[in-house]
Amino acid sequence: MAATEIDMRPMSLPAESSATPKAMPIAMSVRDLRASYGAASVLKDVNLEVRERTVTAIIGPSGCGKSTLIRCLNRMHEAIPGATCDGDILLGDRNALALDPVLLRREVGMVFQRPNPFPTMTIAQNVAAGLVLNGVCDHAVLAETVEKSLRRAALWDEVKDKLDAPGVGLSGGQQQRLCIARALAVEPRVLLLDEPCSALDPIATGRIEELLLQIKDQLTVVIVTHNMQQAARVSEYTVFMLMGEMVEYGLTRQMFTKPTDKRTEDYITGRFG
Amino acid sequence: MVTAVFDRARRVPGSRERAGDLLFRLTISGVAGIILLAAGALAWQLARESASTWKSFGLAFLWTSTWDPVSDVFGVLPFLYGTAVSSLLALLIAVPLGVGAAIFLTELAPKRLADILMFAIELLAAVPSVILGLMGIFILVPGMRALGAPYGVGMLTAGLILAFMVLPYITTITREVLLTVPRPLKEAMYALGGTRWEVVRGVSLPYARSGIVGAVFLSLGRALGETMAVTMVIGNTPKISASLLAPGYSMAAVIANELAEAASDAHLSALVAIGLTLMVVTIVVNGAARLMLYRLGSRK
Amino acid sequence: MNDLVYARRKKVNALMFALTAVCATLASGTLLAILGYIAWKGGSSLSWSFLVNLPKPVGEHGGGIANAIVGSAKVVGLAGVLGIPVGVSAGVYLAEYGRGKYAFSVRYAADIMNGVPSIVVGLFAYALIVHPMKKFSALSGSVALAFIMVPIVLRNTEEFLRLVPGTIREAALALGVPRWKVTLFVILPTAGRGIMTGALLALARVAGETAPLIFTAFGNRFADNGWLNPIATLPHTIYTYAISPYEDWHNQAWAAALILMAFVLVVNVTARLWLRPRLT
Repeated sequence: MAATEIDMRPMSLPAESSATPKAMPIAMSVRDLRASYGAASVLKDVNLEVRERTVTAIIGPSGCGKSTLIRCLNRMHEAIPGATCDGDILLGDRNALALDPVLLRREVGMVFQRPNPFPTMTIAQNVAAGLVLNGVCDHAVLAETVEKSLRRAALWDEVKDKLDAPGVGLSGGQQQRLCIARALAVEPRVLLLDEPCSALDPIATGRIEELLLQIKDQLTVVIVTHNMQQAARVSEYTVFMLMGEMVEYGLTRQMFTKPTDKRTEDYITGRFG
Repeated sequence: MVTAVFDRARRVPGSRERAGDLLFRLTISGVAGIILLAAGALAWQLARESASTWKSFGLAFLWTSTWDPVSDVFGVLPFLYGTAVSSLLALLIAVPLGVGAAIFLTELAPKRLADILMFAIELLAAVPSVILGLMGIFILVPGMRALGAPYGVGMLTAGLILAFMVLPYITTITREVLLTVPRPLKEAMYALGGTRWEVVRGVSLPYARSGIVGAVFLSLGRALGETMAVTMVIGNTPKISASLLAPGYSMAAVIANELAEAASDAHLSALVAIGLTLMVVTIVVNGAARLMLYRLGSRK
Repeated sequence: MNDLVYARRKKVNALMFALTAVCATLASGTLLAILGYIAWKGGSSLSWSFLVNLPKPVGEHGGGIANAIVGSAKVVGLAGVLGIPVGVSAGVYLAEYGRGKYAFSVRYAADIMNGVPSIVVGLFAYALIVHPMKKFSALSGSVALAFIMVPIVLRNTEEFLRLVPGTIREAALALGVPRWKVTLFVILPTAGRGIMTGALLALARVAGETAPLIFTAFGNRFADNGWLNPIATLPHTIYTYAISPYEDWHNQAWAAALILMAFVLVVNVTARLWLRPRLT
């Protein structure tokens, strides 16, 4: 595709119908994205649009490049030595690849596979870390942000009496919600989650899914998951990836009932591989 | 309007450094440079201060045995001999002891006991050498005399003290290597009906050999350069004697004893030349040790 | 016949392991013997006045080692002030940016420094400071000890930084924090306990060094007299007293050894206990 004009229509989506949710403006779009680690190519010409205030799930078998794709969106991919990416990524109408990666990451936050609270910090310090490290030191502002972020991450009631306890003392599920609160505290427009529940038990997973449904009113969520039920439960849009290629992208409801690509159908029905 | 956004020339690479990052990296790499500078300065200072000795004696400095500060004639052979013999004696004593202790601690001792004994052995490495020297003067020397050594001080006494200094290194490294011997290898030997000792001798020790050799070289490096413990018990006599019970002298000891009182520049220069020689020897020995241990690391 | 062979093999087995047990007992018993003997010999000469008084003039009975205790604290303290920041910074550099020729040569130089005998380091400080200034000094002693500390602190810092999981770094980077702040305020504190313990162990190690002080700090029988004058230190006092002909000084050497040994022991044991929960 010539890089001179953007087709603002969602690419592989069927025409809007009454059955589809109200189409939101586009928060991020990806054009011809290629990514590699050294000589090994992991993404081949991915095109994608992420709509504002929705949850988009990326599914696919392991090694299909779904984590790489999401890590390209806030340029964490390039933090790995030898990793490169090429193509275009838009955040709103700005070219994300022409932004300072550090500034981009304040607008596009990320939560990782395993809960990773900072081991030397308390719960409150963990949540405030993004602000404090970027120079905010007004205690009132920090205290307010900590409470607000913990409430948004549905953790406030459980930790409000022990904000000064170490973050690593929490249970796995709580730690992951703490990490979500930490990411939310810097007020990103987009939140990326890379298999956030893969290390958690079903109850903790349920709580995180609930909170995703709540926070999507305020920001855009992209979640990588290996769990198709999870994708079906939390997302409006689903991307199916296979061997570095985006096979199908569409409304979750549609994808799980009438996939257009044979490979998607095979994967969803478990006939894969 | 939208076109401009796709202008790839404006792309900011992910590896771009911000001003703060650049400043930080330059600062700490600058500080790291102090290490290069210090190492360079060390070599240069020793070379400069010893230049006159090399000029007047040449390499004969290394194999002549007259050490006469009064008439400014210097040959380092008695010290080289003393350093080499006391260190080799130390290894002769410490290697069997250390390897034996390591075998006991890995193969036989219950974990709790092994942990406690290991703790004691590692702490032995932390004992300042001047304290070992003190023990040497007041316990070992009278002890040797009681056993019939004419002077008490001497090569063997120095070797004994050095042996206790390097014992922890040999034990610790050997134990670490023995712990890495793969279970299946050992089980294969047991399956053939081998006794525990036969497994140790036939499987574990050969497997650990290069690690043990590395430990030996590392200990040799330590022993060659050790000053205090040796100075205090070797006897400080610049003579080459065939008897291990006779007093001798070592390179480090002569520097320790004479430098502060060196009256002439020639004497000073000769002492620095000894230091330079000692440094070169230990660097070579330590290099060999690293090579052995590195080979072991890459095999894993 | 076969039974006989087997019995023999079992005997060898038992004998060899008995021998290894003797080796282990000897190796670990040495420490106990040393500690016990020092406590016994040193304890009998140790008193409060020994700790707080200056040495008496040569030949007179009594006196203390207050000057050596203060001197050791000063010389080792300055060595820490000089050596620890260099070692830690260089360790951070190697752990975070440790690729390329420059980093390789820094690592190599540190490795070599680590193996240089401490008496040679003393020679270096002598040639660098004492000889040009024509004077033994506390400063030159500190420089020698700092030189010994740097590679130890560096290696320890690098090792502990490498133990910090990459996920911690990623979490901080993903918050939009510049890399230098991530390193300084997130990674470094996470490894902080290990790095500090390592620095402490390095201090304990050089506190026992004598060889590099003989012709740098030199020793002094009077109260401390500033950084540019000779100064007494504990290990050097032990050495000079031990090789002296006076019975009284021998006893004082044992008492001083008890103090030095206690310090080294306390630091080592605390460091191990402090680190244990993190490492296992």
